[in-house]
Amino acid sequence: MTTTTLATLAALGTLGEHCAALAAKSVSAVELARHYLDRIDAAKELNAFVTVCAEQALAAARRADASIASDGHSGLLGVPIAHKDIFCTQGVRTTCASKMLRDFVSPYDATVVAKLGAAGAVTLGKTNMDEFAMGSSSETSYFGPVANPWDTGRVPGGSSGGSAAAVAAGLVAAATGTDTGGSIRQPAAFCGVSGLKPTYGRVSRYGMVAFASSLDQGGPMARWVADLRSLLAHMEGHDPLDSTSAAVGPTPNDSHGALTVGIPREYWADLGSDVAGPLQDAMLGLERLGHRCREVSLPHTAFAVPVYYVVASAEASTNLSRYDGVRYGHRASDPKNLDDLYRRSRSEGFGVEVKRRILTGTYTLSVGYYDAYYGQAQRVRRLIRQDFLNAFIDVDVLLTPATPTPALAMGALAQAADPTVMYRQDVFTVPASLAGLPALSIPCGFSGGLPVGLQLIGPHFAEDRLLALGEAFQRESDWHLRTPPAFSDLQPVTGDAN
Amino acid sequence: MSLPASTVDKLMRLAALTLAPDERALLESDLDKIVALIDAMRAIDTSGVEALAHPLDGTQPLRPDAVTETVDRELLQRGAPKAQDGLYLVPRVVD
Repeated sequence: MTTTTLATLAALGTLGEHCAALAAKSVSAVELARHYLDRIDAAKELNAFVTVCAEQALAAARRADASIASDGHSGLLGVPIAHKDIFCTQGVRTTCASKMLRDFVSPYDATVVAKLGAAGAVTLGKTNMDEFAMGSSSETSYFGPVANPWDTGRVPGGSSGGSAAAVAAGLVAAATGTDTGGSIRQPAAFCGVSGLKPTYGRVSRYGMVAFASSLDQGGPMARWVADLRSLLAHMEGHDPLDSTSAAVGPTPNDSHGALTVGIPREYWADLGSDVAGPLQDAMLGLERLGHRCREVSLPHTAFAVPVYYVVASAEASTNLSRYDGVRYGHRASDPKNLDDLYRRSRSEGFGVEVKRRILTGTYTLSVGYYDAYYGQAQRVRRLIRQDFLNAFIDVDVLLTPATPTPALAMGALAQAADPTVMYRQDVFTVPASLAGLPALSIPCGFSGGLPVGLQLIGPHFAEDRLLALGEAFQRESDWHLRTPPAFSDLQPVTGDAN
Repeated sequence: MSLPASTVDKLMRLAALTLAPDERALLESDLDKIVALIDAMRAIDTSGVEALAHPLDGTQPLRPDAVTETVDRELLQRGAPKAQDGLYLVPRVVD
């Protein structure tokens, strides 16, 4: 394969095209891995990776080549991917972008890592993120902020910002992410790539560092919706190691006729023209495809952000109590006593956003406040979910903006000196999270040179419907094929195929 | 509304966190804003509404009480900051 063909395949090819080129032996897995590793190296300024594991990647690529040579088949054999640094990987450190876990090496693989590995995917590294997935900008990482490939003065979104930036800049063919309140969908929108948050329980959480256990869900990020489908097929499924993983069959690939697309009016009320314009064009595009759009109402939408920050913070404060400086993670030096060991290990190991959430959660769970906050939030959570269930009586999917604005400037959220400014960024993504619904984020236009994303929300376990609609949309549009100019001509290949 | 200093002290104790004075001042002010944000949902009438603990109303499944894996203590303790003879070491608690 010529240098140009390899570069084009890597930049724009689907995972299916990667697999076809590998199976036809027009490119080797080692060549592909080297190509992407060179690009990762050339794009260091993005800070998209916490750890690059070139040695292990090349060893895995050699194994894939040996398997291909003996006519071996598995779904993603030789395809280079990256994992968000929240998925535990045996032998490669898992930091969760925190000082607390900066040297942590897991004794086991996350189920998602094991499954994608078994399918033959080659892991190039672990992507940067907001510390413990708490943030919407990938600026809270202990390893420094991630830059947006479309404008390195802007954030890539978060918390899966490293995965989104890596896919957008063509540093990997695809990546995993996790989504608690929008952490796949918002960075996908800011970076102009596609991302799917599956139904809660569709993908095993085993080995995914816990943030908020009733919300956390892993999912795929890639340029093409078709790639999300093939990644999901390898990631999903009931896992006896995660008691909250759902015992449902695999996502089908059915054909869908004309769909009724609900447009929730609450999501459009204060929307600026930079996002509303591309969204309206997307609605027209869906109508040209034969689908019908109609307005619906989700009356409790305004309460989703408050409810989310009660539920997520409460669960985070509980989950993060495990970091005590004793069994693994950061340990303060010369502790005076056991209490001092706990307090200083935690205070030194956690960044300020993590402390903010732990204290918020501790407050809402403390005696005297539990029912007024956590109990009330769980009740309003049911009302929010009921809004969606009511809407899905009349419509097949919901179409909303993925974010209120295109990518924000670096430091803008910190400058606001008010954490709730960042929290309100999640206004369009947290409702589906609270309801446990699947939601797809795909690029639908540009504003001022920055990508704009739309979100499709479906009923529980209706990923297939969202993916089919997204695939149809991408057959009729080319927003997902735009690449960030500064990273389109990175010198990609060393020329050595061995 | 501002959280009283005694409440913040209590939260720090419950969460096993120690904050430097400047960090404490920042987080106190942030917590006030966060409490104002989350208070917005307290006004909703939820009488008769059942709490939703699991987004799909899932319940905890049970499995047979059988050993399915054994712990490799040496492997697990490899990442421990201080371990010896299969034990985690902490400062002396009992004199």
